[in-house]
Amino acid sequence: MSTALSSLTGPLQRFSARHATRLPLVVTATLLVAMFSIGSLRYEGFFSAQVLLNVLIDNGFLLVVAIGMTFVVLAGGIDLSVGSMVALSTMLTAWLVERNGVPLALAVPLVLLVGAGGGALMGWVIHAFEIQPFIVTLAGMFLARGLCYTISTESIPLTDPTATRIAQTRVLLPGGLFVSPAVVIALTVLALAFVVLHHTRFGRTVYALGGNESSARLMGLPVGRTKIAVYAVSGLCSALGGLLMTFYMLSGYALHAVGMELDAIAAAVIGGTLLTGGSGFVLGTALGVTVLGLIQTVVSFQGTLSSWWTRIVIGGLLFVFILLQRLFGGSRPAE
Amino acid sequence: MAAPPTPRTPTRTGRPVLEAHGIRKAFPGVLALDGVDLRLFPGEVHALMGENGAGKSTLIKVLTGVHPPDAGTVSVDGAPQRFAEPLEAQHAGISTVYQEVNLCPNLSVAENILIGREPRRLGLVHWSALHRRAARLITELELDLDVRLPLSAHSLAVQQLVAIVRAVDVRAKVLVLDEPTSSLDRDEVAQLFALVRRLRDRGVAILFVTHFLDQVFDLCDRVTVLRNGRLEGEHRIDELTPVTLVHRMVGGELRTLDELAETSHTGTAAPVPADTPFLSARGLARAGAVQPYDLDIHRGEVIGLAGLLGSGRTEAARLLFGADHADGGELRIDGERAVLRSPRAAIARKIAFCSENRKAEGLIGELTVRENIVMALQAARGWTKPLSRTRQDEIAARWTEVLDIRPADPEAQVRNLSGGNQQKVLLARWLLTDPRLLILDEPTRGIDIGAKTEIQKLVTRLAAEGTAVLFISAELEEVLRLSHRVGVLRDHRLVATLPNDTSLTPDRILGAIATGATS
Repeated sequence: MSTALSSLTGPLQRFSARHATRLPLVVTATLLVAMFSIGSLRYEGFFSAQVLLNVLIDNGFLLVVAIGMTFVVLAGGIDLSVGSMVALSTMLTAWLVERNGVPLALAVPLVLLVGAGGGALMGWVIHAFEIQPFIVTLAGMFLARGLCYTISTESIPLTDPTATRIAQTRVLLPGGLFVSPAVVIALTVLALAFVVLHHTRFGRTVYALGGNESSARLMGLPVGRTKIAVYAVSGLCSALGGLLMTFYMLSGYALHAVGMELDAIAAAVIGGTLLTGGSGFVLGTALGVTVLGLIQTVVSFQGTLSSWWTRIVIGGLLFVFILLQRLFGGSRPAE
Repeated sequence: MAAPPTPRTPTRTGRPVLEAHGIRKAFPGVLALDGVDLRLFPGEVHALMGENGAGKSTLIKVLTGVHPPDAGTVSVDGAPQRFAEPLEAQHAGISTVYQEVNLCPNLSVAENILIGREPRRLGLVHWSALHRRAARLITELELDLDVRLPLSAHSLAVQQLVAIVRAVDVRAKVLVLDEPTSSLDRDEVAQLFALVRRLRDRGVAILFVTHFLDQVFDLCDRVTVLRNGRLEGEHRIDELTPVTLVHRMVGGELRTLDELAETSHTGTAAPVPADTPFLSARGLARAGAVQPYDLDIHRGEVIGLAGLLGSGRTEAARLLFGADHADGGELRIDGERAVLRSPRAAIARKIAFCSENRKAEGLIGELTVRENIVMALQAARGWTKPLSRTRQDEIAARWTEVLDIRPADPEAQVRNLSGGNQQKVLLARWLLTDPRLLILDEPTRGIDIGAKTEIQKLVTRLAAEGTAVLFISAELEEVLRLSHRVGVLRDHRLVATLPNDTSLTPDRILGAIATGATS
């Protein structure tokens, strides 16, 4: 004889309980469709796939950075250093290639290594000394931004022929559409991140850690290792994002990507990731980045609005989404 | 006196699966465990009982690898073990389910059961195998759950069951359940017990820690009783009654205190005044702290609250002081409805509360006797109207004398005073506000006999002057000597309010504590 324990009896109830966490994802997707539809109705030339692809081209690096941020936020942490890490990566790449004649093929892995190493170091400090991630990564943010200026206070243009060729490459798609290689890389990272988060032991531990850290510890999960790893992933993603930005801007500059950490957090939140950790999807983050990009596009199509309106709309959206998260959180069956 | 260790269920090997011998564990200033033994046989449910502070939690922490013992041995299947961390104890076959559910609410039931040991294919999590295996474990234990649902979709009770399923899947030989039922209702407890019995029948040894006596008699085969960090004994449950078990927990003979020569109270119940009580609680409750209770306190009346440590005495009193919010019931003061949102509101209605934990909640050790004494009066006046220094000095000097606080120096730092004198400072502070209801939570604990007697005399005198007193104490003799009526708490429930007439004896109160019955 078995005891029926579940209070959720109907198939519909079970379905909704099982998929409750995906609700924010649906909301964001709906918002995206709505924005695109309204834009298409209002502005001539808005309704085309290339407009969407351009959003990705202009925000590929943000997508990569935001994916790294999603790992950290899912694990219950936060990484404020990503914007500065992006800037440091652009600077380091340009400096190595232009000033020191290091071949691009060597500079790229070096920069990625610096990013991952820096992230791992912050993760280790957070874990070993039990310090708030907010404050550790804030220190990392100042440190990385400061290091940029020790390399150069001026912008370093990237004139390396390979780099300019990559920057001008277009990946052609059927129907006369095109994307940049950065988009391909960003989407590959997205697919990888999805597999890692949902189909590997490491990914599941990230969720467990964000769900309840002390439980995860008592369940015998490798809490410290995972924590360090998520910051390393975030560092690696910022370095990669920095490389993509170097090719996009064709320069290294200490003032690149100022405030990008906040864009990345905003994208994750709008994409349905809870800042308290443990709940969210990397695909949502991709939708979040697209929403942010589309706002920029709408503002530029409007033509009469100052570009600061992008910020105002993002701010408003963030408020709405955080309130929604609160409401979703409050309506959960238990606790 | 200990019964022969034959468990009711015959053992398969005749050898304990877990044996702890001579466990000793000291923390700075406290000897938490002193030479404690424990034996668990396969296929038995073994209760670990003792009052709060008896050393139950420390013993569990030693057994599960959280604290290494200072002395003594822990062996599993006859092999001595030394656990440096909980994971090592788990590997040795000792799993623990804590009072708080230690799982991840955001993950599915299946993941919570198997995370860290997920089946994998090509390095990736094999989800369908994971769900199959979790579902099989659930059905094996005769539960019925959708393992794909997130844990948070289930009630706390079901989460607790899932925690047990996880613990058992770690090939547990010994399952430690640390107060698993404290936040469950009756039906949920029944579900949990059914699962525990199934595990017992499969030969798992279960150590069950609880403070619910009836659950012990319901579920367990044997019991180990701890008292003050020492082993009181190991008994078969069927050779005990609730009353004898309580006796063993609190001490064989009741503590005696006969220093108090002539108190005015003679052990006869004062007639309950017919006028409206000063304070009247109806169905007052707070989830997880105290069940709904009714209590009237009249002017000049001393109400004693008796019960084991952890039975909800302090929790009940804190509701009357606004230190915790009641989430049910109503409180009337002088017949008028009152909602105490904070201690400030209670102080404004002339209710005073001397905390059990005088260091943490009452006194500020770095301040002087004078400063500590005037604190509540100053708070009652409002901080915009400071008491002049001369007035402060007067007050401090007077109360130091009245209560015979030693040293008789109002400028001495409170932390340098003895426990009894600190208690007097705390009392002085509240008496100064001229309270109409004085709540005293364990005012005589840990203080010397002389100070104890003086405090008892003071209570009697205050009551004679018309102050209502709620007197909480673990010492039944003391409660009986001072109180007009005695409220008995058991498992966070006020089970009886007994008039203190000649027929009320410590044994009758113990009986009420043990059985919840009034006679």
